[in-house]
Amino acid sequence: MIVLADGVLTALRMHAEKAYPEECCGILLGTLQDDTRLVIEARALDNTSPEPRRRRYWIGPEEYRAAESAANSRGWQLLGFYHSHPDHPARPSAYDLAHALPWHSYVILGVEGGRAGEWTAWVLAADRSRFEPEAQREEARWRIEC
Amino acid sequence: MAHRVLIPTALRPFTRMQAAVEVEGPSLGELLQALVRAYPELRPHLYADDGRLRSYVNVYVNEDDFRALQREETPLAPGDVVSLVPAIAGGMR
Repeated sequence: MIVLADGVLTALRMHAEKAYPEECCGILLGTLQDDTRLVIEARALDNTSPEPRRRRYWIGPEEYRAAESAANSRGWQLLGFYHSHPDHPARPSAYDLAHALPWHSYVILGVEGGRAGEWTAWVLAADRSRFEPEAQREEARWRIEC
Repeated sequence: MAHRVLIPTALRPFTRMQAAVEVEGPSLGELLQALVRAYPELRPHLYADDGRLRSYVNVYVNEDDFRALQREETPLAPGDVVSLVPAIAGGMR
């Protein structure tokens, strides 16, 4: 299961809406306990895809390495990545599948007419044949306590 | 001659969660082949069905991108460290 700590989903939605009509992208950092991935921090990255950014995103190897370092320095893990699908369902595409890494979580946000909507989470199947939906939850506990 | 290979987070489940492994290979290509022989579950994530390295796989010898060297033919010297670093690509269609 992937759990977004309070504030993370808001940050993702704001980024997706700001980037619209282009796709946004970023990294998800946090902790792993048993089978639960708790995303504590989302870091927005520039979409540097050389292809049309309305339908493509790219996070380069330097950013991946920096993300691992950022996670390690705080005792966290690089849990995964997020990106948006402007005016398109929040479902992984064949292109997403062909380029997917194992283990990491892939969060997709749908953006309709500039407004962020549904979010979904996915993990690559062991045989690379498909994405499997990941159980997901937004953690609102801290907001309620405050 | 064994070389240190740094494994990214995404691939550590296939190297028994090791962030670095030691693999022998006189050239980069031979080292990578030895790596997937030692850790067979890595193969489908490093290599496409046509036997080529997947497009998202970036390989560095020390700090140098293997594409700026001699790619898989790059000879390895004692002490060289090889890093596997993925790029992330995707999009809605």
